[in-house]
Amino acid sequence: MKIDRRHFLGTGVAAAVLSAPMVQAASHGKPKVVVIGGGAGGATAARYIAKDSKGEIDVTLIEPTRTYYTCFFSNLYLGGFKELSDIGHTYGSLASSHGINVVHDWAVGVDRDAKTVTLAGGGTVPYDKLILSPGIDFVEGAVPGWDVSAQNKMPHAYKAGSQTELLKAQIGAMPEGGLFVMVAPPNPFRCPPGPYERVSMVAHVLKETNPTAKILIADPKEKFSKQGLFEEGWTNHYGGMVERLGPDFGGDNVTVDPDAMTVDIDGSVEEADVVNVIPAMKAGRIAEIAGVTDGNWAPVNAADMSSKADPDVYVLGDASQQGDMPKSGFSANSQAKVCANAVRGALTGSKVFPARFSNTCWSLITTDDGVKVGATYEATEEKIAKIDGFVSQTGEDAALRKATYEESEGWYAGITADIFG
Amino acid sequence: MRAVIRSIAPALPSRGGKFLGEKFAFALAFFVLLAMPGTADDLGDGKRGAALFAKCKGCHQVGKGAENGVGPHLNELFGRRAGSVAGFKYSKAFQRAGSKGLEWHADTLGTFIANPRSLVPGTRMSFRGYDDPIDQADLLAYLRTFSVSPADIPEADPTARGIDHDVDPAILAIAGDPEYGAYLSSECTTCHQAEDSDAGIPSIVLWPEEVFVIAMHAYKDNARAHPVMNMIAGRLGDEEIAALAAYFATLEH
Repeated sequence: MKIDRRHFLGTGVAAAVLSAPMVQAASHGKPKVVVIGGGAGGATAARYIAKDSKGEIDVTLIEPTRTYYTCFFSNLYLGGFKELSDIGHTYGSLASSHGINVVHDWAVGVDRDAKTVTLAGGGTVPYDKLILSPGIDFVEGAVPGWDVSAQNKMPHAYKAGSQTELLKAQIGAMPEGGLFVMVAPPNPFRCPPGPYERVSMVAHVLKETNPTAKILIADPKEKFSKQGLFEEGWTNHYGGMVERLGPDFGGDNVTVDPDAMTVDIDGSVEEADVVNVIPAMKAGRIAEIAGVTDGNWAPVNAADMSSKADPDVYVLGDASQQGDMPKSGFSANSQAKVCANAVRGALTGSKVFPARFSNTCWSLITTDDGVKVGATYEATEEKIAKIDGFVSQTGEDAALRKATYEESEGWYAGITADIFG
Repeated sequence: MRAVIRSIAPALPSRGGKFLGEKFAFALAFFVLLAMPGTADDLGDGKRGAALFAKCKGCHQVGKGAENGVGPHLNELFGRRAGSVAGFKYSKAFQRAGSKGLEWHADTLGTFIANPRSLVPGTRMSFRGYDDPIDQADLLAYLRTFSVSPADIPEADPTARGIDHDVDPAILAIAGDPEYGAYLSSECTTCHQAEDSDAGIPSIVLWPEEVFVIAMHAYKDNARAHPVMNMIAGRLGDEEIAALAAYFATLEH
């Protein structure tokens, strides 16, 4: 058979594709990664993939907000230690320094067969690898009487921004000797120490401005993160102001009435001035739309954060069900780097190193009184498994607590630079 | 004037120790100070300063044979332009300060020691500062002995090693893989900023590899106490620490 030029070229291309099986999407130019959610998980993954692939991968980041307010450190805004602007971040540097295509829109659909994402504003975005990092949404009906339409009366303030501003304004407007009620969430939820750091910050503000006010926590959990540290701090700094009702006292049986501003705890009705309802949580809605959730969360493989439902979809951060890591910004950032390394390897053949994860959560109890808890993790067949950890101790001296707080401020500067560039 | 007061009340209440403790030296100082008021004595107690320098030794060497470490060596510091030691990789902040004309004299050094970041914002120097003016003066008196003239450098004074933990030479000899270090570094940059700034958490870029390796092994072996670092370093192997050292030593920001 005579080999003409056309045949020769045809086999040549086929051979090239076969000899580079790692390079996907060769048929339509550069491989494409779409990231949904521009928080600690998604923005980190987008940044690391774009930065480390040096232009070999097209990265699109879909995030509806132009200014992202971090949930971590938003309690410090409530406590008056930070301004709202201190916790707001924009996406300019991800676009300009790393060439990420930042799309400010809602992702409303995922077609995993066609490998496309649909945007609320119209249009579809194709992907070779899809990374979902949508954070949390709330479980409907979790707190009877409350739904999202009531969030202006009873804010959750568990997605930072206008909700946090609203809650702060409500605390400032409390009458003298008024009552602040927190309805705490059941496990698992975003930022395990978060509700209790928030109580500390609210107490800090009220001690200064409204010292006869009271704080009541209705809590469905027996125990909570850093419990000994928080309870010690509440006793030492805010004696008598904070009361917590665990499940033994009906903290797991709560109904609210946003119009009447009442909270029914196991049949006992409290009239409150501020009610902070933090309902049970689930993965951000787009994970469910994409069909990668099982129950409330999206199960993933520990080695690379890929979805157990689809090897071309990855789920990071709060939305994922991965094993032992707490749902935190630090965890999401840590998981994003493992995922970015794996995605880059799959698309460009770059070296893939073994997964390693870590987390530390700092909390502030009062001025210069910081505490922390942290752990390292590894990927096993079954899950992300804890290796080793530590937690601050009760009775630590003031200098150590101050250093811990200053360290948390350094961490905030470090992680936000790592996420947003 | 000040020397006269001191001659009447030789033991000033707030000072610990005397640099010129011997009577002869004291008398000599008396005359020198009478002739040139406000010079050497303003610089404080050098012996006490030597003890205060212990906090600096982790990064700075001074004296005979001093070399650049995490920070530049401090020989001939007085009168030197900031950011000018040959062979030391300065932060952008320090390069800027030097090019704008910052020179090291008692006043600028005093301000810097009090709060490094107030004088040179963005410096990698991870030091909270000596805010007591007496501490500053004593430390400067000590450093000045390495600056006035080469003859002032005491021959017997051991060079500050800057590092305080024994690491097996075989471990120090491991050549790290910077590519692996780049991957591992993502765990560090969650807290430590990749740029050369230092706020609450120390800068770790552009350290000499050996110093980096020794510091990490000190954390790994719990010889330095910090729960986060003990945990992070605790699970890093020798090769991984070497890889991180190799990566951060060359990182350009």
